[in-house]
Amino acid sequence: MTAASFGHALDQITRVPGVRGAMLVSAEDGLVVAEHLMEGIRGPAVAALAGSLATRLRRAMEAAGAGTGQFWQLLCEGGGLLVVPGASGILIVAITAPDVNAGLVRLELLRAAEAVA
Amino acid sequence: MTVRAVESWTLQPLTGYVHEAGARLVLLMTPAGQVLAQFGFTRAVDVMAAAALGAAIMASTTELARQLGQPPFAALNHQGQRHGIFLSGLTTGRGPLVVLAVYDLDVSSLGLVQLFFEQLVTDLRAASPREGVPKQVLAADFERELNESLSTLFGR
Repeated sequence: MTAASFGHALDQITRVPGVRGAMLVSAEDGLVVAEHLMEGIRGPAVAALAGSLATRLRRAMEAAGAGTGQFWQLLCEGGGLLVVPGASGILIVAITAPDVNAGLVRLELLRAAEAVA
Repeated sequence: MTVRAVESWTLQPLTGYVHEAGARLVLLMTPAGQVLAQFGFTRAVDVMAAAALGAAIMASTTELARQLGQPPFAALNHQGQRHGIFLSGLTTGRGPLVVLAVYDLDVSSLGLVQLFFEQLVTDLRAASPREGVPKQVLAADFERELNESLSTLFGR
């Protein structure tokens, strides 16, 4: 996997209307691996907090005996965060407008996760 | 466990940092290794060792950067199996300072430690006093001041 292919995977996600940015995040470190973001979005902050949240969610799912998480979505008044945990501890993250087509974004996130793997 | 500070202006910013970043141990010191505040240490000897080693690492990397003709490195991170060490310099009105933070990989991450470090720098700059005329250090005062600092840092 090269930086160019990371960029291509993220580009496909950001083509979905309503997506404000997409990132690959190292879940364990909370660091940005690759990003494609609209101006004004603080990539390192989103990465750090999404990584922390993903770790806690994973533990909660394991404690509940629900297995590993495959997709999660956080909805807020002004937008949302959609995340697919990929292989090798990489999170594929989309930052979206509130009225985005979540199904389509999820599809692109899963495709990107396959590409990253 | 609470933050203990020799210089009280550091207390609030450092308390916020410890809670937000989920750090296990934090030292705020001068580049010479003089400790201004600490969180998480229980023994004076550990503080003195960590401060001396942290200051030595900063001095080494600063010199390495100078040899390479570069400005000093911004930060250094070292991760082990269970813990990470984050060491970074910053400038305040009080002068240059160094932060050494140790974090559990189960509780925090490098991303969080870095993210909230930016906030810590802003808070410390806002709270810091202007740098005064350097006080002459007398040998006779040194041991007394050192003991007073250690008493403050460990609440004895």
